[in-house]
Amino acid sequence: MAKVIKLRKGLDINLKGKAAKETVSTSCPGEYALVPDDFCGLKPKVVVKEGDAVKVGDALFVDKLHPEVKFVSPVSGTVSLVERGDRRKLMSIRVQADGKQEARQFDVKGDVKSLLLESGLFGFFRQRPYDVVANPEDAPKAIFVSAFNSMPLSQDFEYVLAGQEADFQAGITALSKLAKVYLGVSAKQSSQALKAAKDCEVNVFDGPAPAGNVGVQINHVSPINKGEVVWTLGAEEVIFVGRLMNNGKVDFTRTIALAGSEVSAPKYYKMLVGQKLTSLIEGNVKVEGSRIINGNVMTGIKTSVDGFLAAHATEVNVIPEGDHADEMLGWIMPRFNTFSTHRSYFSWLFGKKKEYVLDARIKGGERHMIMSGEYDKVFPMDIYAGYLVKAIISGDIDRQEALGIYEVAPEDFAIAEFVDSSKLELQRIVREGLDILRKENA
Amino acid sequence: MNPIKKLFDNIHPYVEEGGKFHAFRSLVDGFETFAFVPNTTSRVGSVNIHDAIDSKRIMSLVVIALIPALLFGMYNVGYQNALATGHLADATFWGMFWYGFLAVLPKIIVSYVVGLGIEFVVAQWKNEEIQEGFLVSGILIPMIVPVTCPLWMLAIAVAFSVILAKEIFGGTGMNIFNPALITRAFLFFSYPSAMTGDAKVWVSQDTIFGLGYQATDAYTAATPLGEAAQAGFTGFAPETIQNAITGLIPGCIGETSVIAIALGGLLLLWTGVASWKIMLSVFVGGAATGYLMQALGLTEIQWYEQLVLGGFAFGAVFMATDPVTSCRTECGKYVYGLLIGFIAVLVRVLNPGYPEGMMLAILLMNLFASLIDYSFVQSNINMRAKRATNK
Repeated sequence: MAKVIKLRKGLDINLKGKAAKETVSTSCPGEYALVPDDFCGLKPKVVVKEGDAVKVGDALFVDKLHPEVKFVSPVSGTVSLVERGDRRKLMSIRVQADGKQEARQFDVKGDVKSLLLESGLFGFFRQRPYDVVANPEDAPKAIFVSAFNSMPLSQDFEYVLAGQEADFQAGITALSKLAKVYLGVSAKQSSQALKAAKDCEVNVFDGPAPAGNVGVQINHVSPINKGEVVWTLGAEEVIFVGRLMNNGKVDFTRTIALAGSEVSAPKYYKMLVGQKLTSLIEGNVKVEGSRIINGNVMTGIKTSVDGFLAAHATEVNVIPEGDHADEMLGWIMPRFNTFSTHRSYFSWLFGKKKEYVLDARIKGGERHMIMSGEYDKVFPMDIYAGYLVKAIISGDIDRQEALGIYEVAPEDFAIAEFVDSSKLELQRIVREGLDILRKENA
Repeated sequence: MNPIKKLFDNIHPYVEEGGKFHAFRSLVDGFETFAFVPNTTSRVGSVNIHDAIDSKRIMSLVVIALIPALLFGMYNVGYQNALATGHLADATFWGMFWYGFLAVLPKIIVSYVVGLGIEFVVAQWKNEEIQEGFLVSGILIPMIVPVTCPLWMLAIAVAFSVILAKEIFGGTGMNIFNPALITRAFLFFSYPSAMTGDAKVWVSQDTIFGLGYQATDAYTAATPLGEAAQAGFTGFAPETIQNAITGLIPGCIGETSVIAIALGGLLLLWTGVASWKIMLSVFVGGAATGYLMQALGLTEIQWYEQLVLGGFAFGAVFMATDPVTSCRTECGKYVYGLLIGFIAVLVRVLNPGYPEGMMLAILLMNLFASLIDYSFVQSNINMRAKRATNK
């Protein structure tokens, strides 16, 4: 029987527009883009030219420091654009799909790591510390996979998994050849493919968001000490690995949740990584005055109608922007329709069932840290979150290490940033802190 | 479009960088952010949605929680005046209230004008948004001074504490000491005769705009704690303690009524603005020390009398729980509160010169709050270091 870990701290935010359990396929042709910025901490080197023909699984760019880490095309077609920004920074590589989905065949018999590197799947691995693309030369002490996302409006992995159980198990088995695999499962999930998964240690997590964050699970199962490395992989990306193992081909099809209050009929869509969002959004979403988020509402990045599905995104959320709300006297009005964890609002009266429409406003001015204990209430790790954030702001690296910065990723601070009455940008602060620390330790 | 919004939009070009009235930018910003929730949306790379709570709402809530004690304090000023002049029988409720209102209002105005004035100047100078912290300090300050405190003294003290206790540290959230208590400490050490001493300070003895009564002779009324500090004290009459709970005793304007303070305290606890851990442990620390002191024969004051007299309740509810200057770790809050209660009663009992110890106890613990936190944070750090070596 799997160990059940109960988490008390955290917060479930109940937003309007959850995806209904119904999947629609989207058309395959069109333009695709692979964006190096989706792979944090990467220095990309382009290995194709405009006009080159590529198959599914052909490398588009590689990691400059570790050229064996390849990032491959999700579609077959022609490279249409190598987009560069300021100082020739690589912004994206676009591929015009031919719709045939000719795939490169891989030999799955050999060494798992070289297969993952060659097929471009290793690029999806992330490592702690620093929450960046994993380094193939490291020997990780474990690989962690979280089978659920507890953030609002997120994809329900159990629903996505239905019908792909064999691929998922094949993926876990492949990972287990690299290091010990830990699978984090929610207490609400009942799928046997998750609860009775083989070749891994299953831990059940019972608690509010961010219980689904892999960082929280690592902290409770096998916390990272200085000098140790842990790799993490998204649950759907385990299916990618499994497909490769079972078919010898790369298939980046995701079942993403299009969700949020501005979506007319929220449901699931089958899409490829890097697919243009236009076909998804047009007709389904109120675009005017909305914020389209590539990824989750808590951690994702604002994009536009002609953005491309981010590499790690498992959902596309759409919420009102709210920049013309002109709400009066917010400091004293009851504001019944807004959500707050604070008792000076009335969310507590309406119970947990009420669904809220929240816009993208910060709803206050940025201040120094005033209230104490706000972060700790929603930060289910054995870490003093407020003190860690202060150590990052003041640039005190020794103290950051002592307080446990190696165990955290920006996403772990998402809920804390939501509840923060001082409106500090915690995820950005943590991201910048991790980047500086990585540079210092290099 | 909302006409008020339009007004602000029209003013903006004048106060922006290079505008004619750029010097008033912080003032206009301050008023605009009060009139409207800022429409700023979250930047790329941060959380896309936010809780509706902000520091304006929190600070406003504390001000609301202070209102019962403030209103009662106004009434009590009139009541003490009528009592002192022997006119209690013919004084009306509203007569006494309006008398107190007129006595207290100038203090509130002076406190806000001086304090907020400095805050606006600093915000303009540092090119920041005005911070709300002084909204609370500004109402706390008039409530913790005697009614006869001259306005000019108050103005100097407020300026001193806002500049030297708060702004030089970096403003709200960065200060080490509670600014309201620094104001009081400044008055106490600079003008002791106006703050305590010959016991003339606690009762207003003049008429204001025809309201109230003029005392014929200089009337002296010590606070009950002041009386207790005199030689030969043998315990309080039961009426004194009853009056201390309702609040009809001489004392600082807002500190006398336990009932009014409790109303505000309940609001703060219910909304979670004040930490129940701190509040509870201050009372526990005070009660335990009071009991001990009495058992040792050092004082005639019962332990429960320690809690209802003087500034103990007011300090425990509104001052010790200041999130900025108290402990930030959850365990540290217990230690912090217990020590405040302990030191406050210790000062009261063992210090022959001055009967009240709450202000000094809180200020002292403000100083030690970071040290208490340090020990608890360090234990987390040690745990992590140990884990790394024992793997």
